[in-house]
Amino acid sequence: MEKLRSVEEFEELQDRLVSDQDPSAPTIVIPAGTCGQASGANDLIRVAKRELLDRGLTDKIRVRITGCHGFCEAEPSVLVEPSGIFYPKLDVAKMVRIVEAVRDNQVLEDLLYVDAATGKRVEKQCDIPFFKSQVRTILARNEKVDPIRIYSFIGNGGYSALIKVLAKDTPRWVIEEIKSSGLRGRGGAGFPTGAKWELLGNQQNGQGKFLVCNADEGDPGAYMDRSVLEGNPHSIIEGMLIGGYATAANEGVIYVRNEYPLAIKHLVIALRQSRELGLLGKDILGTGFSFDIKLVRGAGAFVCGEETALMQSIEGKMGEPRQRPPFPIEKGIDGKPTAINNVETWANVPVIIADGAAQFARIGTNGNTGTKIFSLVGKIRNTGLVEVPMGITIEKVVTDVGGGAPGKAKIKAVQTGGPSGGCIPVERFDLPIDYDSLTEAGSIMGSGGMIVMDETTCMVDVAKYFMNFLKDESCGKCFTCRKGIQRMHEILEDVSDGKGTYDRLDLLEELASVVKDTTMCGLGQTASNPVLSTLRYFRDEYIEHIEKHHCPAGVCKALITYSINDNCTGCTLCAKTCSEGAISGTKKQRHVIDADQCIRCGACVTVCKFDAIEVT
Amino acid sequence: MITLTINGLEVPVEKGTTLLEAARFLGFPIPTLCHMDGLSPYGACRLCVVEIGEGPKAKLVSSCTYPAQEGLIVRTASSRVLRARKMVLELLLASCPQSKTIQDLASAHNVRQQRFRQEHEDCILCGLCVRMCKEQMVAKAIGFRGRGQTRSIGTPFDIRSEECRLCGGCMYVCPACQLRCTYTEPEKAVCGGCANVSPPCVEKEQFDDMMCYMTPCVACEIQE
Repeated sequence: MEKLRSVEEFEELQDRLVSDQDPSAPTIVIPAGTCGQASGANDLIRVAKRELLDRGLTDKIRVRITGCHGFCEAEPSVLVEPSGIFYPKLDVAKMVRIVEAVRDNQVLEDLLYVDAATGKRVEKQCDIPFFKSQVRTILARNEKVDPIRIYSFIGNGGYSALIKVLAKDTPRWVIEEIKSSGLRGRGGAGFPTGAKWELLGNQQNGQGKFLVCNADEGDPGAYMDRSVLEGNPHSIIEGMLIGGYATAANEGVIYVRNEYPLAIKHLVIALRQSRELGLLGKDILGTGFSFDIKLVRGAGAFVCGEETALMQSIEGKMGEPRQRPPFPIEKGIDGKPTAINNVETWANVPVIIADGAAQFARIGTNGNTGTKIFSLVGKIRNTGLVEVPMGITIEKVVTDVGGGAPGKAKIKAVQTGGPSGGCIPVERFDLPIDYDSLTEAGSIMGSGGMIVMDETTCMVDVAKYFMNFLKDESCGKCFTCRKGIQRMHEILEDVSDGKGTYDRLDLLEELASVVKDTTMCGLGQTASNPVLSTLRYFRDEYIEHIEKHHCPAGVCKALITYSINDNCTGCTLCAKTCSEGAISGTKKQRHVIDADQCIRCGACVTVCKFDAIEVT
Repeated sequence: MITLTINGLEVPVEKGTTLLEAARFLGFPIPTLCHMDGLSPYGACRLCVVEIGEGPKAKLVSSCTYPAQEGLIVRTASSRVLRARKMVLELLLASCPQSKTIQDLASAHNVRQQRFRQEHEDCILCGLCVRMCKEQMVAKAIGFRGRGQTRSIGTPFDIRSEECRLCGGCMYVCPACQLRCTYTEPEKAVCGGCANVSPPCVEKEQFDDMMCYMTPCVACEIQE
């Protein structure tokens, strides 16, 4: 790779790359993020390449390996360009047929996506309800870009926002542009990014400033940042370069958790390539602007997503939050002013600069502009990453994009914001998704986890799960956070064991509010949210556990019994499956479960084909 | 100079003063466990919380770590502060009931009972010993390990640190006295303290260079 020495050289390269592209050339796009690889995308890639080689089609049909497109439910999938045909849930044999079909310009009807609502087959990706209801400004770029090839990124308009910024030559303009776009931090708190940059820009200590990309995504069930890092690492680098230019910072750090090996690999490649090309480092494109990014790998502590703990971790110390003020913007890494933004925030920056702030502000609502990626998981038909405009209602995300409940059980709540968030009941699904409404409802936007729960989810159990998670993940510095969470978990465990009392429930509520009040960092201050929000909206479930010793969702093991009803045909399958030997009965006769021996593992329910096992 | 208001009283303080120092200067009592003059503030015990700000933006902060700011309005004994403080003491009492310091604090704040399951832990992880060892003794022999419920204080790999000079400073500052003497296994001892039936201060030849910080020394009293 030849180092580019001027803006003109870059533009020349970009023009050449764009004109080299043939938009009409048939291309097989295979999403191979971590999710895709886990479901077998690597096999598809191997087969597709082999088939193309065997048939001598390598110059006619192209293969592009990209990051995740978001529709995880359908992985491993393939998108055929330029027709936009989408084939979900593939295997090796089907891949061979697809290669032939692309060669012959045909559509394989039997492999197409079936819309569960209408039962009809949908040919094009853009017509699938899951994609149709989204506004994919960030995720759509994952489809176009091969993350390990910088030329692929530049050929798709990459780094042109940086060129635009360098051409304007006024850092002030960049900050004003970000401010007027109304972009707010996508990490959860929603601090206006433009204001943060302005504060950093005004800091003058002469020792340098830091920009940090917070990629320590730790919420259970949330993986938006991972998909952006894996699918489009250069967009983060470009965003940080623009940020560096605007705020006169010259050092950048991407703090990524070590549990994301593919993201790290793609980032390392991206950083190396952009450095080789002269887009990173000293005197970028001969403009005199210098900015370099280093990659720091987090050792996997949830609390290191908190900005002060993250800085401690970058400095090589124990990941422990410290008192703010002084804020990182004044005293950050090594005492230098530091601005920390989330991955998604950085990914939005080039979009804003390239398309203009006004265009960005048009999406979403007043005060909550742009799009937000959510990872929609749980009891929902279409699991995956969804990118929707801010201010859309929860209802729309769950029904239109998510496709509603997958089974018979009705959806009763969504949990947003991970362990620091809260549960929002179905009655409040008309709530617009923005920072302020969610906070008002007792939850938080968080980084974008959205877990859908139905009637088979016990809310006491949900609160208990998150307390158990936080019990281990609290750093343990603040006594009230460490011990308070342990005690909340203890009380919740009592409730789910049927040993709860009203006094203890009051104590739980009192403790939860004190933990919220008296802790130092964001983790502790929001740790009570799962408890407080379930108590606020689902108190009747708690009361049923305490008063009737009954778990309405049939989850809390101490409060449920398994029994076999008349549907039993005596197939003996359950008896063979039971690890405890708790099921007895003769062939073709109704079986019986011995409640004393039963460990309530639910294995019999899974194997029974006749709905004969009841949980009460 | 910075001027702030504490419980309605305006007070000018120097830049860099913490709320705790300012409040104590005015004579407002704020209980603390993890704070000690001469050691850097840490903010672990949360006993010293005070309320700052007004209206919906009012919040509790630990006064030992929060720096004084111009025009800040501080309340050291609002109902919200007292409620939080009582709960902290209740939690402390539930975990570490043997500590005389905690018992006294609880009694002074009218906490007569605790409603949690009784535990008998020794350490409240206030970090005084860690800071003492690092900042005053310049040894860094002990430190925090783990996080969440497995967080603990100790030497690396649980063997006696070469950095440890058996000064006993950690024991001296401990409000809960977890680091009590493990003289029976001297090689495992962190500080080799003296609250022991056969104390090193009696067998001088073995621990000749050791200093006793206990006043009065429990062990010596037993001997006498």
